[in-house]
Amino acid sequence: MSAGRGTKALGAYALERLVNAVPLVLGVIVVNFLLISLAPGDPVTALIGEFPAPPEYVERVRAQYGLDQSVPERLVRYLGSVVRGDLGFSFANRQPVLDLVVQRLGRTMLLMLTTVVLATFVGVVLGVWAARRPNSAVDGGATGFALAGYSIPEFWLGQILILVFAVWLGWLPAGGFRSIRAEYVGLDAVWDQARHMILPVLALSFRYMAITTRLTRASLLEVMNADYILAARARGLSERRVLWEHGLRAAALPIITVIGYNFSFIVAGSALVETVFGWPGVGRLMYDSIFTRDYPVLLGILLLVSITVILVNLVTDIAYALADPRVRY
Amino acid sequence: MAASAPAATVGAAAVWGQLMRQRRGLLGLAMIVVLALVAILAPWLAPHDPFSTSRNAFLPPGSAGHLLGTDHLGRDVLSGVIYGSRVSLIVGLAAAFTATVIGILVGAVSGFFGGLVDEILMRITELFQIIPRFVLALIVVAFFGSGLFNLILVIGILSWPQTARLVRSQFLRHRTLPYVDAARVLGMRPVRIIFREILPNVLAPVIVVASLDIAQAILLEASLGFFGLGDPNLRSWGGMLNTAQGYVQRAWWMSVFPGVAISLAVLGFNLFGDGLNDATDPRLRSGS
Repeated sequence: MSAGRGTKALGAYALERLVNAVPLVLGVIVVNFLLISLAPGDPVTALIGEFPAPPEYVERVRAQYGLDQSVPERLVRYLGSVVRGDLGFSFANRQPVLDLVVQRLGRTMLLMLTTVVLATFVGVVLGVWAARRPNSAVDGGATGFALAGYSIPEFWLGQILILVFAVWLGWLPAGGFRSIRAEYVGLDAVWDQARHMILPVLALSFRYMAITTRLTRASLLEVMNADYILAARARGLSERRVLWEHGLRAAALPIITVIGYNFSFIVAGSALVETVFGWPGVGRLMYDSIFTRDYPVLLGILLLVSITVILVNLVTDIAYALADPRVRY
Repeated sequence: MAASAPAATVGAAAVWGQLMRQRRGLLGLAMIVVLALVAILAPWLAPHDPFSTSRNAFLPPGSAGHLLGTDHLGRDVLSGVIYGSRVSLIVGLAAAFTATVIGILVGAVSGFFGGLVDEILMRITELFQIIPRFVLALIVVAFFGSGLFNLILVIGILSWPQTARLVRSQFLRHRTLPYVDAARVLGMRPVRIIFREILPNVLAPVIVVASLDIAQAILLEASLGFFGLGDPNLRSWGGMLNTAQGYVQRAWWMSVFPGVAISLAVLGFNLFGDGLNDATDPRLRSGS
């Protein structure tokens, strides 16, 4: 297969997957919209407060936000504006939802992407290390770490990290996005930002390090019994080369898959971790919006997060196809 | 992509025997038993009423009468941790049960009938996998109320896709096997073939997933509680961590103990599920 044809086929595959994602996104929007419409409680009350207001005023506010229309009417109107890239206006933040969510999503992605990179790197190294000597002390340690990491809630781990590294040792800030007392510029600003990221990223990555360690170990152990590994050893390749070049290449496939799969869980984790560390991302926005009943913002977050998850899955599927010549698309 | 498909037909006694030989699964089982005992015996084990406040706020662990200290309202932390086990265990078991029932129904119908039904059901399953579970749970609980029943229902309804996919893949395999053909030829109705003939044969891996689901449900309940969306009338571990968040610097024991409790409960079910998986997987049966 020539390289040109391969690229073309891959493009077609990506396009097909994108088209397939459209009904999925529509489904997400409809489910979320109906759910929020069915919820008890009146957003107008949240908007103008609990104290008695003249009925004419209430009606005016209701009409102003289109809340006087029926649910299907509102759904159709909402779908129409979403297609035009308009996710509505945030009642509470007095800002277009799209701008608001995109700004916050950027800060959340900073945490999430750092987490994915760190967790994958550490997880693969630990997993390979454990698989090299099955049933040794190292292996036992890695397996134990994996099970612990899978069981500890990230928000609690965050509190413990704050306790140890911020309160007791005083090495790192206990929370926030950057220092507000001092104005840093250049490299100092980067360093300041990084210092604020260390603890949240650690809290968030622990679980995914654990999952990746476990998965790398398991898939390597399975692969290392294959005939072609035996053949590579028979050709006199060093164990290191056999492991890293031949073994890991095959073991990489499930690791790629799990990155995509984990992504929607990292969203949840980051919402919790952001709350612990006061990180001004999408999780915090969500938390605030629930209590102000800011429906457009909640819908916007669910929509954009779902789209992000779909895109990440698409990218990992393509990476999978590229890494495995057996996969035809 | 092939789902991991552990053995289909393994006798319960054989699985039990395998499980007993596994230290990890056994350890998990022991942890679950302890958790269950604590939950059942809570009124006798707890030294104080978990809700009763006192003037003794922020007593450190080891204080007289308060082994794990007291919180900002002078409530006993140990008693809170003991009573919290009830919420975690009830929500974990009931939500995982709900998820398993839905997952079996969807997966069985999808895999057995195939065709358009399968296509539609799998699209819905995919939808539930794409929507961030925690975000949706948060919104539903915030709007519809965070009573125990709602928590169970929401977590259950959001947790079935994995079981459904597993059951579907098993049914796809089994529906072409001779014993199913025989049942058809004998004129059995589909409902009977699904539940009486095929289901018992594919239950082992479903139970493995169910026990891992319990662990996940406990974590999800604790996460909601940490967001302040637990049952307001009950002491829960997540709820305790929610209050502790404001006092991390002042009273470390308010964070440490409920978190240890959550981690151990989740670890118990994870270890057990893991052990069960190894015990039901024929590839792992001989040897180690």
